[in-house]
This record gives sequence, C-alpha cells and structure tokens, in this order.
Amino acid sequence: MSSIKIRASAKDGVTTVKCLISHPMETGTRKNSKTGQMIPAHFIQEVVCTHNGKTVLTGNWGTAISKNPYLSFKFKGGAVGDKIGISWVDNKGEKDADETKVS
Amino acid sequence: MTSMKRRIFLKGTLATGALGIAAGSGLLAPRAVLAAWAKEAFEAKDLNSALNSLLGSSTLSASDKIKIKAPDIAENGAVVPVSISTDLPGVESINIVVEKNPTPLAANFVLGPGALAEVSTRIKMGKSSSVLAVIKAGGKLYSTGKEVKVTIGGCGG
Repeated sequence: MSSIKIRASAKDGVTTVKCLISHPMETGTRKNSKTGQMIPAHFIQEVVCTHNGKTVLTGNWGTAISKNPYLSFKFKGGAVGDKIGISWVDNKGEKDADETKVS
Repeated sequence: MTSMKRRIFLKGTLATGALGIAAGSGLLAPRAVLAAWAKEAFEAKDLNSALNSLLGSSTLSASDKIKIKAPDIAENGAVVPVSISTDLPGVESINIVVEKNPTPLAANFVLGPGALAEVSTRIKMGKSSSVLAVIKAGGKLYSTGKEVKVTIGGCGG
C-alpha cells in the first residue's frame, strides 16, 4: 500500500491539493525508553508535487515536520481529470510516489 | 505592531544562539544525504546561519502581507498545524522557522510556475517559541511571526 494519500479538487480555476504521508519522521534526538539507545534520524527530506508531470511545489523538510506529515497547497489551473503526483525521499534514501486525479 | 514583532524576533535570535551550543552534541546524523537537500541549513543551530545558508541572507523585512495561522497554545508540541499565505508578488519560496527548536529551520517550499503562495503543514516544536514565516520574493526576504505556547514538547523522548 502506498504511504501517500492525496486529495485534489479544482474550483474556480484553482486546484487545492491535500496529502498525508505515513512516515515516522524521527528526529534522531529521541531515546528508546527501554534500551536507552538513541533512535536514529529517519525523516523525509524532499517532497515533490507535480501537475501533469510538471513540478508545482518542492518541499525541503527538516526534522521539525510532524510524524505522518500533512501538506496542503494550491495552484492556478488544473481541471478535473488532471494528474497530481506526489513523491518523497527520506534521509535513508527510501522513497515513494503516488498520483491521483483532480476531482 | 510589526516593529514589536521584529523586536521579539531579534531577542529570540540571541536566545537561540545560546541554546544551540547547549544542544550541540549528538543531534542529527543522517547517513545518506541528498545533494539537493540543504544539509547545512537544516542542521544549523541558529536562525541566522540557517537563513544565510539556505537563502543567502538573514536580513528580514517585517511584512503585513504575510498571514501565518497557528494556534496560540499548542497542547502537543509534536503536532502544531501551521498555515502560511501571502499576497506579496513574485514569491519564490516559503520557509517555516521555529526560533527555539534545536534546529530552527523546519521547512522550505519552493514554488513552481502556477503555485499559489499558500501552504499548510504540521510541525514539531520543542517548547514555546515564535514561529516565523519567511518569504523570499523578488530576491528579498520578508517575515511575519507568531508566538505559540507549547505545553508538552515535541522533541524530547
């Protein structure tokens, strides 16, 4: 299952995109309470949002983005049926991508 | 109003400097860092060096054309919703900075063609701090801040 949930809707020539990503977003400063070991940093560094293949928004994130990140943004244009793509890469090189259609 | 906020901001900057040294050791150690990702800026312990490294300047002009929406009191610092929007023309990037976080820079959004200057996300806050929206528009930096009180920190364990 994809780690990304996307909703996109167009209204009056503006498309609103909302997405939720499942990711632990570990800062690397927390300790495991049982073992006392530091939990290594594991967080999304880059999020790319595209509209019909063209990049609309690039997000560069630090560790201060909450666990299971939420992101919403708007762009001009976009019509029902257009493709909205979201992809992310984290500091361990893991990545995921998903796309949806504007409704 | 705006000059008042700026004063708070300057004060906060000094405080962050001292905090940075205290929290210096063993913070971030990402192994595989991407070339595009501004490692230095995101790992910077104070606001000025984060902004200098990311945007090439730390000179902020207060602007009332930026709207930042965040709660006055956040019960849980691990999840603080923040929305930023602006009417400024020619916006290149929107940045979220939490002054008193161990690494103040939280996020940088680069707007592509057609993108409206309006972004919402959720951030972590270690303790009560001012959250700054820093907008790069026409090569200059503009900012507006909002004080958020945190009752439970989001960075500890």
